[in-house]
Amino acid sequence: MSDIILETRNLTKHYGGVRALQGANFVLRRGEHVAVMGDNGAGKSTFVRQITGVERPTSGEIVFDGEPVQFAGPIEAREAGIETVFQTLALADDLDVPDNLFLGREMKLFNLGPFSILDYKGMREATLRGLQKTAVKIPNIRNTIRNMSGGQRQCVAIARTATFHSKLTIMDEPTAALGVQETAQVENIIRNFKEQGESLILVSHNMRQVFDLVDRIVVFRRGRIVANLNKPETDGQDVVAYITGAKTGAEYEDAA
Amino acid sequence: MSDTAHGVGGLPFDASKRVWPNELNVFGALVLIVVVFEVLGASLMGQSFLFDSQGRFDTIFNEQRLYIIVLQVSIVGIIAIGVTQVIIAGGIDLSSGSIVGATAMIAMSFAQVAEVNGQPNPKGVFIEQGWVDLPVVVPVMVGLACGLAAGLINGLLIAYTRIPPFIATLGMMVTARGIAKWWSKGQPISFPTQEYAAIGNGFGGWMPVVIFVGLAILFQLILKFTVYGKHTYAIGSNEEAARMSGIKVNRHKVLVYTIAGMLAALAALVLSSKNLTAQAGMGVMYELDAIAMAVIGGVSLSGGRGSIVGTVIGALIFGVIISGFTFLRLDAYYQEMVKGAVIVGAVVLDQWRQRYQALRT
Ligand SMILES: Nc1ncnc2c1ncn2[C@@H]1O[C@H](COP(=O)(O)OP(=O)(O)OP(=O)(O)O)[C@@H](O)[C@H]1O
Ligand SMILES: [Mg+2]
Repeated sequence: MSDIILETRNLTKHYGGVRALQGANFVLRRGEHVAVMGDNGAGKSTFVRQITGVERPTSGEIVFDGEPVQFAGPIEAREAGIETVFQTLALADDLDVPDNLFLGREMKLFNLGPFSILDYKGMREATLRGLQKTAVKIPNIRNTIRNMSGGQRQCVAIARTATFHSKLTIMDEPTAALGVQETAQVENIIRNFKEQGESLILVSHNMRQVFDLVDRIVVFRRGRIVANLNKPETDGQDVVAYITGAKTGAEYEDAA
Repeated sequence: MSDTAHGVGGLPFDASKRVWPNELNVFGALVLIVVVFEVLGASLMGQSFLFDSQGRFDTIFNEQRLYIIVLQVSIVGIIAIGVTQVIIAGGIDLSSGSIVGATAMIAMSFAQVAEVNGQPNPKGVFIEQGWVDLPVVVPVMVGLACGLAAGLINGLLIAYTRIPPFIATLGMMVTARGIAKWWSKGQPISFPTQEYAAIGNGFGGWMPVVIFVGLAILFQLILKFTVYGKHTYAIGSNEEAARMSGIKVNRHKVLVYTIAGMLAALAALVLSSKNLTAQAGMGVMYELDAIAMAVIGGVSLSGGRGSIVGTVIGALIFGVIISGFTFLRLDAYYQEMVKGAVIVGAVVLDQWRQRYQALRT
C-alpha cells in the first residue's frame, strides 16, 4: 500500500477563458492534514471540485489510493472514500436534517430501485448519533434547513461528513460562519480525524486555525500552487507573503 | 432515548407544538368557499349549494351536485398528480392537455367496434386493416405508450439540453395538438368496445373517481416514503445540492416527466372512454387547470414544496368554484375570467406564504 492517498499531476481547469486552476501538482500522504490557503478567487474551491468529481478537469491526472481515477460524479468519489463539505454546503433547503445527511445514500427498508422505501427511523437515529459526535446544537432535526441559522446549516453539512467513514475528508471553509464554540467543536472533529489517521484537506482563511490543526500548508495564487510549506518551517507572516505574491516558492518560480 | 429526542441541545424545543401543515390551510379555504356559496345560494337562489334542501335525495347532501363536482375534477386531477411532482421537482409541464388530445385520438382508433347496428363502423379508422374489436389491453397499451413517448421526449429535452421546461413542454404542447388534429384529419373517432367504455364508466359511473383517488393515494405514498419522492423534493429544492449529493438529477428528471406524460395519457383513456368518443380538441387548457389545482393546493411553483394531498384539495376547490358558478347561473364568460383570477391569486398567495413563513418561523 502506497504511502500517498491523493496525488494530482498537472491538474488544470479552464472555464471558457478563465484559467481557474493551472497545472496543480499536489501530494497528500495517508493520515496527513494539509491546509489549502489563498485569496478569494485563487482557485481553491475549483481544485476541490475537480478532485471530488463535481466537475471534469480540463486536463491533468488524479491518483487516489494508488489508482488513477476519473470520477464521473460526486457519488463515485464518495464511494471511493472521499467525503466533502462544499463551500456552498450542498444542502436541500426544503428537506430536514436526516434527509440532508443521507441525501443520495438513503437508508432503505425495501430495495425497489428508484421506488425503494425509506427507513426514516434508521436515518433519524443515525442522525442523532452523528450530531452528538459533532456536538452540534440543533433543537429539532425535523426542522427544514431553510429555517436554520447559517451556522447550523454549516454544522449539518459537517455532520454529514463526520457521520460516514472515509479515507479522505475535504472541508472547504467549514467554519466560515460559525460561532466561537461551534468553531472549536469543528476543530475538535478535525483533531479526531487526525487521531483516527484519516487524511484531510482543509480550505481555510483562518491563520490561527490552520497553524493549530494541520501539518502542511499549500498556498494557491491566481489558479496556481505557489508554495508548499511544512508547518515547523514557516509562520503566519511567511504564509501571508506567499498568498499576496510578495514571495513565491523556489520550486514554483517558473510557474508563477 | 432516541424515541423521544428531537434534536441535540441549543434552544428549547417543544415537541408537542407541531408545525401546522399547509394542507390544513388549503382545506380551510375549501370549507370557506363552500360556506360562501351556501350563503349566496340561500340569499340569491333560495336553495342550498351542497345540501339537499328540497328533499330530492336519500341523504342530507345534494348527491347529484357532489357527484358532478367530483367527477369533473377527477380526470384533470389525474393529470394534476403528474404535474404536481413535476412542479415539486422544480419544473413545469404545459403539454399535458395536448397529450390528452393526441392520446385520446390514437388510443380510441384501436378501441373501435367492427359494426354499429349491423353496419360497418362509420367512424372506423383501421377497418381496412381489420384492427377492430381488439382486446382492451391494445388501446390501453397504445395510449400509455403515447404518454410515455411524449413524457420521455419532454424529459430528455429538459435534462440533456439546456432548454427550460417551459419552452420544451410548450413545444410538445403544440406538436401533440398537431398530431391530434392530423391523426384523423379532424374527424372525431367513436364507437369503442364495451370493455373500453368501462374504463370511464365502470363502477356505476364512478370509475374516473376511483382511478383518481387510487392514483392520488399511490403517489402521495411514493412522494413521502420512497427514494424517488425524496429526490424529487431535493431537486426542486436545490438542484445543485442534489447533484453534488450524488443524485442522478438528469435521469430523475426524465423519470418525472415520463410519469407525468403517462398520467396524462391515462386521463385521455378515461376521458375518451367516458365520452365514448375522441376529438382532436380534447383536453384543451387541461394543462392550466392541472397546474391551477396544484398551485391552489399549495404546491410551490419555485419547487421543493407541496404534496399530492394538497393538490387533491386544490382540485376540489377548483371543482367547487366551477360548480358554484353554474349553481349561481353565472355566465360561462365570467366563469373563465374568475378561473383566471383564481389561478393568479393562488400564485400570489404562494409568494406571500413564502415570505410570511420566513417572518413567522
Ligand atoms: N463555473 C464557473 N464558471 C466560470 N468561472 C468560474 C466558475 N467557478 C469558478 N470560477 C472562477 O474561477 C476562479 C476561482 O474560483 P474559486 O471558487 O475556486 O475560488 P476560491 O479560491 O475558492 O475563492 P474563495 O476563497 O472566495 O472561496 C474565480 O475567478 C472564479 O470566478
Ligand atoms: Mg472557495
